[in-house]
Amino acid sequence: MSLSKQEWLALEKKAHELRLLCLDTTSWAGSGHIGGGMSCMDLLTVLYHKYMRIRVEEPQWPDRDRFILSKGHAGIAYAPVLCDLGFNDPEMLKTFNLSGSKMGIHLDSNKVVGVDASTGSLGHGLPIAVGTALAARVLGKDYITYCLLGDGECDEGSNWEAAMAASHFKVTNLISFVDRNECMIDGKTEDVMKLEPFTDKWEAFGFIVKDIDGQNIKEICDAIDFALANKTDKPVMIILHTKKGAGIDFMEGNYVWHYGAINEEKYNQAKASLEKYYAARVARVEKEAQ
Amino acid sequence: MAGALTYTAVDSTSLSTAEIYGQALVELGRAHPEVVALTADLAKSTKIGDFQKEFPDRFFNVGIAEQDMFGIAAGMARAGLVPFLSSFSVFTSLRAADQLHTDLCYQNVNAKVIATHSGTSFGQAGSTHHAICDFAVTRGIPNLTVICPADGYETYNAVMTAYQTPGPFYIRINRGFDRVLYKDTNYGFELGKAVTINEGTDLTIIATGSCVFQAFEAAKFLEVNDGLKVRVLDMHTIKPIDRDAILKAVMDTRRIITVEDHNIIGGLGSAVAEVVVESGKGCAFKKLGIPDQFAPIGLHEDIMSMLGIDSNGIINAVRDLMKMDFEEDDDWDDEA
Repeated sequence: MSLSKQEWLALEKKAHELRLLCLDTTSWAGSGHIGGGMSCMDLLTVLYHKYMRIRVEEPQWPDRDRFILSKGHAGIAYAPVLCDLGFNDPEMLKTFNLSGSKMGIHLDSNKVVGVDASTGSLGHGLPIAVGTALAARVLGKDYITYCLLGDGECDEGSNWEAAMAASHFKVTNLISFVDRNECMIDGKTEDVMKLEPFTDKWEAFGFIVKDIDGQNIKEICDAIDFALANKTDKPVMIILHTKKGAGIDFMEGNYVWHYGAINEEKYNQAKASLEKYYAARVARVEKEAQ
Repeated sequence: MAGALTYTAVDSTSLSTAEIYGQALVELGRAHPEVVALTADLAKSTKIGDFQKEFPDRFFNVGIAEQDMFGIAAGMARAGLVPFLSSFSVFTSLRAADQLHTDLCYQNVNAKVIATHSGTSFGQAGSTHHAICDFAVTRGIPNLTVICPADGYETYNAVMTAYQTPGPFYIRINRGFDRVLYKDTNYGFELGKAVTINEGTDLTIIATGSCVFQAFEAAKFLEVNDGLKVRVLDMHTIKPIDRDAILKAVMDTRRIITVEDHNIIGGLGSAVAEVVVESGKGCAFKKLGIPDQFAPIGLHEDIMSMLGIDSNGIINAVRDLMKMDFEEDDDWDDEA
């Protein structure tokens, strides 16, 4: 699926709208995991608005593509995507994190429509995704399973158990991503627990690895196209090199913004930054699109 | 029960409990294409090799990676398959506890955990392979049904019932052979309902798993030698517990002993005690099990003897508890 300029611009617009909605949700909630939400919003936008075969009117459609958000704390980015699509009433976002809400920090697949797995405890998503993909094989279905991991999350050994299984069982109907924003709660990933050489690790576990700019929609689309066209028996891992808090200047790359509170002043500052960020990205499309 | 197993007693004594599970799984596999089997390098030990042979495309050995196995099973279940996960109970309840809690039970998926080598049944392997707190762990997880069958026939019934009942199940069975309690599978197994093995009015023994046979032996001995009428309940379903049977035992016999191959903290004894205490009715009460310590090493029957959860230990406990007096009236107010 090649990406036309028009489509690229439409995806940029949608990603911008969703970043704003994520900021609004953080503001309504008072606080949230906005840093890791912003770093993966481009991927969420591309998956849900270009690639995934889903039916909003039939959320449990058995042939739908699946998405497992292993970094479940990015629910503050995921919930806006699902509400914007119409899976859930967008008004629900105003209750995010509030007492009695159906939407907590980590989304519950039995409460929030469109969520394919309840995640939050880290290191669970990739095993679930492998099982989801293997089920397609048993059931004779052609759906694709997408899975997004956090990079700090890759400290958890269960991911590597699942990586071995994905490789061993030749699970090529699974496309995996890591949001490599290089930040975790207590610091930079390389300071808390070194992940590098990260690409080599995934390759050693039997994956074909693509390292791309995770804040570039064109590169994300190209990588997914590559993975969908994969004819080998190896699964594909796409490492998205991203920035924590992407688009919000005072958050970018700062691990402190793993989780943070937003007051009115910060909200206004963040919104202005996101508008500038969007303008710069549109300018890039104008320059680079064919 | 429809489609019940027709093994004779000879068949049951010639097949270990896990082998009967393996046969039940093959039956389910033949009838239901959505049934899949997973294990973590314990296909041989958990006796699911027949399923593997007959349905190689629906069998997944994930290697020694229990956490991964649970996650994979959760993904499969949400996609419409019915996974049966087989591993040792110490690993299914502890190594993969987070995945059991979150992936299976929080998501409330239709996956069935067959936890083998439970309690001290793999006695010689030592405490790394004894499962002495899995009731405590599994009872505390919402949505999970917990069954501990008394023998191979009950294991068959438990497995079939688990398939027929949506939601996550934890079925705890032993390594090797169990003493055969039932003649066949047709004795009225019902999820969440204790089976009265022996009727009695002097005292009730509430037992689970391999301890049920021992309790029955004890009751028969006590009737002949002590003239006692001891009720024996096979409490195969640990959760949801059969409250009615427990309350009836309190009212009818005023004396209860629980017996389990599990720590006395958090297991069957605790579950029964919770019901008794909440009822507001008093009764003489004793929990038999592993006294909050790591169990000794040895053959299963030897360990059961050392722990006092075999028939001899139960007989002694019954005699002790019979020495406690209770008023015959219905005036509960004057009791301490």
